[in-house]
Amino acid sequence: MNHLLNYTLQIADNALILGHRLSEWCGHGPILEQDIALTNLSLDLVGQARSLYQYAAKVEGHGRTEDDMAYLRDEMDFKNVLLVEQKNGDFGRTIVRQFLFDAYHLPFYEALQRSHDETLAAIAEKSLKEVTYHLRYSSEWMIRLGDGTEESHRRVQTALDELWRYTAELFQPSATDEAMLAEGIGVDLGAVKSRWESTVAEILRVATLQQPDSNWMQNGGKAGRHTEHLGYILAEMQYLQRVHPGAEW
Amino acid sequence: MAVISSLPTKDEILGILESVCDPEIPVLTIIDLGIVRGVNIDEAGVEVVITPTYSGCPAMNTIEINIRAALEDHGYPNARVKTILSPAWTTDWLSDAGREKLREYGIAPPVRSSQDKLALFQTERKVPCPNCGSTATEMVSQFGSTACKSLYRCTSCLEPFDYFKCH
Ligand SMILES: [Zn+2]
Repeated sequence: MNHLLNYTLQIADNALILGHRLSEWCGHGPILEQDIALTNLSLDLVGQARSLYQYAAKVEGHGRTEDDMAYLRDEMDFKNVLLVEQKNGDFGRTIVRQFLFDAYHLPFYEALQRSHDETLAAIAEKSLKEVTYHLRYSSEWMIRLGDGTEESHRRVQTALDELWRYTAELFQPSATDEAMLAEGIGVDLGAVKSRWESTVAEILRVATLQQPDSNWMQNGGKAGRHTEHLGYILAEMQYLQRVHPGAEW
Repeated sequence: MAVISSLPTKDEILGILESVCDPEIPVLTIIDLGIVRGVNIDEAGVEVVITPTYSGCPAMNTIEINIRAALEDHGYPNARVKTILSPAWTTDWLSDAGREKLREYGIAPPVRSSQDKLALFQTERKVPCPNCGSTATEMVSQFGSTACKSLYRCTSCLEPFDYFKCH
């Protein structure tokens, strides 16, 4: 297995699938400012995915392009974690999913900046600035909704309880994660985990939310075993390229 | 179009690039914005090195096309444009002229500050209103019409305005 290719795709697929999910909010945000905010986050993530797919295509060296990576791979080829493919639900649920991922994404990129792979380090340096805004945004909304009305509190607590099962996978190293760490290219997920735990504990405390105590966890995304939702995302996202191969605009 | 045979100087090329504007904020040239990171000139032609403001900046393709077109108009066909990501763009690279142009255009330029840009929460900055100069302003949303701007409003003159955020 080409671990560098696989590793780049893991990072890229997380960014693309979460970016696509957020783009579904375009025109549906609860108010105009939040509609714009969610689509700004989406644009950043899709931009990061593009840089990563361009690099993946180069690493692979088979003449595929960034578009082939995004539009012509199947479900089992996608290596994103299960968390990012979960449905948007209401605004509160989208915020919870975003927060749980941002709290991982930021220390992940921070560490990846020191990668021995120059391209991944450069992409991480660039993306880190953007992800800093994302975590600030989702943290502020976690607090506002958690410590808001009875209704908003109930909704985010429910979303937190439901999405919690997808958090352990973020830190479970795949064979690729391990190989890349050993080569000084990849990130130590154990260190990322302790940063994540302290961010999550702190924000949940301020937001008056209860950290779920369930240890029942789901995984499989990094190995291409996805929840039912990814197929629907790809069906919509890839439709045009599948029906009109090579279409450009 | 005149084709020039002798090699141009770097300053000549930078002078031509002064005519290329940011398609989203057309009062700024790409030089003002600080995204031109280098100019390389050799027998093979001119190469311009640029860096994006944000990863998903949709203007980058247009900017690349416009750079090549401007150079071709001035007699340098087949210019190459190379994109680099590191060092990552920062608003510290925005020129003083650029900051003044933004203010005149109605966009508040980034406030210079020593705040840690990577801190989780930040104290609200005093952003002067580009319309009336009052500092009685408040942030509406940290995300605006383009990736590089936040939405503010002025409580003195009641005008909403864009703030080119510190990055
Ligand atoms: Zn004013």
